Amino acid sequence: MSTENAVVLQGTNLKQHYRVSQGLFKPQGIVKALDGVDFEVAAGKTLAVVGESGCGKSTLARQLTMIETPTSGKIQFNGKDLLTLEGEEKKEARERIQIIFQNPYGSLNPRKKVGHILEEPLVINSEMNPAGRKERALYLLERVGLKAEHYDRYPHMFSGGQRQRIAIARGLMLNPKVVVADEPVSALDVSVQAQVLNLMMDLQEEFGLAYIFISHDLSVVEHIADEVMVMYLGRVVEQGPAEQIFKAPKHPYTRALLSSTPRINPQQRIEKIRLPGELPSPLNPPLGCAFHGRCKYADEHCHHVTPELITKDDGSLVRCFGHEQNRLDY
Amino acid sequence: MSLLSIQDLSVTFGPFRAVDRLSYEVNAGEVVGIVGESGSGKSVSSLALMGLIDYPGKVTANELNFEGMKLLEMKDKARRKITGDEIAMIFQDPMTALNPCFTVGDQIMEAIAVHQGGSRKERKLKAVDLLRQVGIPAPEERIKSFPHQLSGGMSQRVMIAMAIACDPKLLIADEPTTALDVTIQAQIIDLLLDLQRQKNMGLILITHDLALVAEAADRVVVMYAGQVVETGPAAEIFARPSHPYTEALMKSLPESSQGKARLDALPGVVPGANDRPSGCLLNPRCPYATDKCRTEEPELIETDGRSVRCFTPLTQQEDAA
Repeated sequence: MSTENAVVLQGTNLKQHYRVSQGLFKPQGIVKALDGVDFEVAAGKTLAVVGESGCGKSTLARQLTMIETPTSGKIQFNGKDLLTLEGEEKKEARERIQIIFQNPYGSLNPRKKVGHILEEPLVINSEMNPAGRKERALYLLERVGLKAEHYDRYPHMFSGGQRQRIAIARGLMLNPKVVVADEPVSALDVSVQAQVLNLMMDLQEEFGLAYIFISHDLSVVEHIADEVMVMYLGRVVEQGPAEQIFKAPKHPYTRALLSSTPRINPQQRIEKIRLPGELPSPLNPPLGCAFHGRCKYADEHCHHVTPELITKDDGSLVRCFGHEQNRLDY
Repeated sequence: MSLLSIQDLSVTFGPFRAVDRLSYEVNAGEVVGIVGESGSGKSVSSLALMGLIDYPGKVTANELNFEGMKLLEMKDKARRKITGDEIAMIFQDPMTALNPCFTVGDQIMEAIAVHQGGSRKERKLKAVDLLRQVGIPAPEERIKSFPHQLSGGMSQRVMIAMAIACDPKLLIADEPTTALDVTIQAQIIDLLLDLQRQKNMGLILITHDLALVAEAADRVVVMYAGQVVETGPAAEIFARPSHPYTEALMKSLPESSQGKARLDALPGVVPGANDRPSGCLLNPRCPYATDKCRTEEPELIETDGRSVRCFTPLTQQEDAA
């Protein structure tokens, strides 16, 4: 099981549907926050989930960390189905899958000292004695680039980057195999963002972690990801090795996302594709391809029929009729 | 004569200098980008421009002129006539900048009423026209919407409509797209630049996103811990940064490290109010720092249209080599 590239986490046809009330005498609506997502991630690898707000990427994070139970689908961790686990086994799996949140100002309890914050997972989940817990906390503080003297301080005494380091250390306290990072660097300044990204990559190498890296920043994803999954309105529109997605994006949405990302180097800028409009309401998604309202390649077919996720020869997956029928002009 | 000229603008809160001798100019029809990390003083300096710094903050300047008028010597009432009318500002978070209790139409009409007057009917027509200009579909319907009924991108468009309501000559955009998604960010930046060209406005674009400034601005001001460290034409600065800080910021972007295992991160953080080092403010983080940098403070020195605050600017080192 300890082979380098063993798949540790696998999701099959994950769905999350919410019922929402639209008013007293109106029928209930259904929001399909996630609608059939498949993925797998191996130890020591990074799967990046990319998309705009409302595409379902955070819902996916909540499912994987068992904060939310999927409406249907299967999540397998080390070959075991997470959703049917009971008791001890479930607790054990929960310990092995940890999450790092976006905003380090909100995710650390302001009334607790750093030491307490770090040790709390151990207090709840292990039989370790206080001395052992402290030792582990000090070890991880050092691993994430903080000092032993920070153990007795409160979160408000730290900068944003340092707080995110504390949050990362807390995530690693229980020796996880999978870390779900929900926009871990978007609240940080550029120079600090680089430091935290480097730290995350160092830790990944050292502990053989699998990352599910959720982000809207494509330039960050390009650097850290092995595999990329682009989502739009609860569905995957394109999935494949990072290199392929960034070199030759196939789906018009991926291409638009890439071209909208500002670049400092004029040579790396590609022709701007401006998407008109905004993400449609998930309560009332358009018929056919969800993207057709903003896509310049959409034709009659796209308006009525929903495209399937098709596997290409190079192993990537694309959900687009235009690409299937070869009528995209790039 | 330039539209806005600032010389040695300082904003102090007690002993702490949030902005330290800031100088730059903006001409009509020019886009000036101000970049820096949080705590570099970029927002405070723009608030000072708008006269929005309250006690105990103190604003001093050798020169703070808008079209030759000395803003700091003006009476409050006269200054208020200019701010909001000829100088307008867009804030970072559109969801909180709008008043949740009034429709967006009311809020735009209020801005027009204060500065231009006119009957209710005229103002309403103007509001509809403004919403159309910023690309909001069905503006006649939209003016009846409350802010919570609009998405982030739409709210920012409303903020822009409000800012251009009085045809300002200078528009200050403080992180206008930070809270928005990339595709919406691209739309909003396009809209701002379009309006800026159409109306020949001066635009000050304040952001922490270097790449955004590289694409949108004509000239750049790089700030660090309240000071300007480098200014000059955008294309030149990003092709050949002169200050170590500018270089470090560019290097720490993921796009500069393609193919490398790790990013070139600048160690440390921006110094806060109580831990500013002596000498050059960057010296504890700067890979090129010498003993001179640790004791003496460099001045901003101008050569060939570019200014840099460093004893050993990188461009000079290259030229010598």
